[in-house]
Amino acid sequence: MEKFLINGENDNFEIVVGLEIHAQVNSQAKLFSGSSTKFGSKPNENVSLVDAAMPGMLPVINKHCIKQAVKSGLGLRAKINKFSIFDRKNYFYADLPQGYQISQYSDPIVGEGNVEINFPDGTKKNIGIERLHLEQDAGKSLHDQHPSKSYIDLNRSGVALMEIVSKPDITSPDEAGAFIKKIRSILRFLDTCDGNMEQGSLRCDVNVSVRRDGEPLGTRCEIKNLNSVRFVMMAIVSEAKRQVEEIENGNEIIQETRLFDSDKLETRPMRSKENAHDYRYFPDPDLMPLELTDDFISNIKSSLPLLPDEIRVKLVNDFGLSDYDASVISEEKETSDYFFIATEGRDGKIVSNWLTTELFGSLNKNSLSINNSPIKPKQLGELVGFISDGTISGRIAKDVFAEMFETGSDASLIIEEKGLKQNSNSEDIIKMIDNVINNNQDKVNEYRSGKDKLFGFFVGQVMKDSGGKANPKMVNEILKEKLN
Amino acid sequence: MTEITKKTILEIKEGLKKRDFSTLEVTNSFISASEKNKNLNIYNTFTPEKALESSKISQKRIDRGEERLLDGIPIAIKDLFCTKDILTTASSKILSNFIPSYESTVTQKLWDAGALMLGKVSCDEFAMGSSNETSCFGNVINPWSERNGKNLSPGGSSGGSSSVVSSGSALAATGTDTGGSIRQPVAFCGVTGIKPSYGRCSRWGIVAFASSLDQAGPITKTVSDSALMLNVMSGFDDKDSTSADLDVPDFTQTCNDFKLDKVKIGIPKEYQIDGMSPEIIKLWQQGSEWLKDRGAEIVEVSLPHTKYALPTYYVIAPAEASSNLARYDGVRYGLRNSQDNLDELYAYSRGEGFGYEVQRRILIGTYVLSAGYYDAYYRKAQRVRNLIIQDFQKAFDKVDVLLTPTTPTAAFELGSQLDPISMYMNDVFTVPASLAGLPAMSVPSGLSKDGLPLGLQIIGNQFDENSVLKIAANLEDQARFPFLN
Repeated sequence: MEKFLINGENDNFEIVVGLEIHAQVNSQAKLFSGSSTKFGSKPNENVSLVDAAMPGMLPVINKHCIKQAVKSGLGLRAKINKFSIFDRKNYFYADLPQGYQISQYSDPIVGEGNVEINFPDGTKKNIGIERLHLEQDAGKSLHDQHPSKSYIDLNRSGVALMEIVSKPDITSPDEAGAFIKKIRSILRFLDTCDGNMEQGSLRCDVNVSVRRDGEPLGTRCEIKNLNSVRFVMMAIVSEAKRQVEEIENGNEIIQETRLFDSDKLETRPMRSKENAHDYRYFPDPDLMPLELTDDFISNIKSSLPLLPDEIRVKLVNDFGLSDYDASVISEEKETSDYFFIATEGRDGKIVSNWLTTELFGSLNKNSLSINNSPIKPKQLGELVGFISDGTISGRIAKDVFAEMFETGSDASLIIEEKGLKQNSNSEDIIKMIDNVINNNQDKVNEYRSGKDKLFGFFVGQVMKDSGGKANPKMVNEILKEKLN
Repeated sequence: MTEITKKTILEIKEGLKKRDFSTLEVTNSFISASEKNKNLNIYNTFTPEKALESSKISQKRIDRGEERLLDGIPIAIKDLFCTKDILTTASSKILSNFIPSYESTVTQKLWDAGALMLGKVSCDEFAMGSSNETSCFGNVINPWSERNGKNLSPGGSSGGSSSVVSSGSALAATGTDTGGSIRQPVAFCGVTGIKPSYGRCSRWGIVAFASSLDQAGPITKTVSDSALMLNVMSGFDDKDSTSADLDVPDFTQTCNDFKLDKVKIGIPKEYQIDGMSPEIIKLWQQGSEWLKDRGAEIVEVSLPHTKYALPTYYVIAPAEASSNLARYDGVRYGLRNSQDNLDELYAYSRGEGFGYEVQRRILIGTYVLSAGYYDAYYRKAQRVRNLIIQDFQKAFDKVDVLLTPTTPTAAFELGSQLDPISMYMNDVFTVPASLAGLPAMSVPSGLSKDGLPLGLQIIGNQFDENSVLKIAANLEDQARFPFLN
């Protein structure tokens, strides 16, 4: 891919980006209390004594969340740390009941790893993972419910998050977008995070710096709390442009935390380094260090599902798909699940074509996700089967597909009801062809005197007379014989 | 027949079984004694009606011959244990209106065993203090004051728990010990108390001071009573991740073992410190002699890092406290000094709600955890803590238990220790065992020349409470301590 540059007044600048992704762990219960994590509950419905930090209440680790973190770490091809520590990150805020967040600082549960990102032009890039650690989410402050009061909802307080930190290997907004999508995809395949960005299950902080070619790393700024891939990409560009402008005006970049305003397309300072919190991290004395056994890790390893990269390779090698189609299908768990069901006993390449062109097109047009597709994977498989065995022509198949999408009916029913079955009876076809030749003697003469293009006309006439049902391959062959 | 309030738990249990008296008579005796001793300012919340009500249930079980371990035994609870529907203040203004909706694991076990609650007793605010003077409800008076014509501190932080037993107002009390908060006040008040190994009793539902050090334990008159109470209070709790998943032995089994033939007692030489009163040194020697008489071998041992224990403790405990007490912010419960903005709400609620000693420790703790100071203070303190643990491990390779004085002096007069450093010196002998998480017990073993109680401390190896109790029982048997009640 071409190098992404920000063009300043005088120089071109490259950007260096590192991401922190906060992914909510798929778990029924919170990280250190038994409270439910259900989304959309009434305010403060899912709050235990521990979540509300009542006196004398103690955290107890949720083993399922540990499994999920290890699973995610393995999916990111990362080192699993058999010894890790939960630390307290101390700061005061109204929606942080304990006055500290339990997180992991010096010894995270997962260390270095890497993921591969792919682009439509077939290029690839490896992005390093610095670490993954577990931490608690805070509650939510609501400032717009009352003219003078703030309200606090502790439903999220204590919900388990995985913070995934990338290395500063990202050098364009597209790479940042691809990286987030890839992480999201891996976590969804692993079932360790639902990846729902609108519901806040996946949020990003972005570290951005710029430099002229060959210069050392510039000072970075952190943009907090971005909740869509689009905003991440937009924020990177806005922030990089701001930094370039500052540098070209002779100003220094101040390390600070900023927020992105998606309406004005600009970032604004939230707090500077001088006002940065001193979080006074120290090991939480209420929790023992976390020690994992080799058995625990290898059990998780042996139950890992196929991940997007592995599926992509399988699709290319075993099903003969193009690299691009393979990466499109393997990107989302739902899509690849759909493909594997639809393709059972069918031709993978034809299934892939119908899936990525017809079905995706129709779903997009109707703003539907593949989960809500009116055509179920087995039904698409059946349709492809009818094409492969010549029961219907490709053209008729498109009509059948449209009908299926509209009504949810099976292809076999539609073909039967509407009598769309392809006519491959050679006597019928010869009869139709003779008819067309007899009725268009002048065109036949023209053709025979060298007007080759008229061949299409004859095919069209025959197909028209057959109501589209004549086997086009046979029509072609017989016509050629008769006319020549 | 001796007065009911002068009896031990074991004697009351026997009397109840033999129908010498009823649970109602027992309960009323202690209610009356508590009322008579009102001037000692022991109770933060007095709940006689609750004790009376439960005493009826206990009597019914006794009548059916189905009595439980502590049926009909009136006890007091340190106001640091959360008790369902009953005010739980930690003797702090910031929790002065706090009524928990839950019961701590340890108190629940006591109620399940049939114990009766007389009330919640005073302590230093959030258990931070060694004199009971930091309570927002004013200090407790040491029951030995009257006889000696002095206004004495009961010690702290479990000053209310020690006084309530010493004055004959309850048969037992729960205490908590972070750096000596059970052992120092029991020594000052002439009663017995044990801090079990860290992890032996669940911390769930106990207002936290310093999580890596806090342990609950019983305060009673006798060693056997402490063992009985500890039998009930101990046990693994899956709600406390630091609770030890171990079987609980019967702690009463070694309390009548007066043969010490194969026992080795270590005398740590570093516990000879400047400023220790000669009578305490004498008592310590006396203690060794008593144990020697019973056949024990006395061995001098060295715990070289002892002198660093106190400063180490006063880094680690405040560090944990500064974080543990962050939850008292006026937002969800407790005192709220309502202000227009959040920062002021914090500042005014906490400024008004916390007393000076608590504020001092929060500031110390915040400082030692701050960026730039963490390595010099907190990290270094953790390293020293490990060295102290190793000292003990080496000593216990050679000996079964250690014998030391509990405190460097007898009870001091209220208001006499104005500078925090000299106050912290009270913990000099108790803090090392706390840092190492070891079981340690104080037994009243003699009187000073002024006629004030003095205690000896027995420190045992991790989870070896039985050896501690056995040696304590021997000292008790030899000392024949003149209990106030």
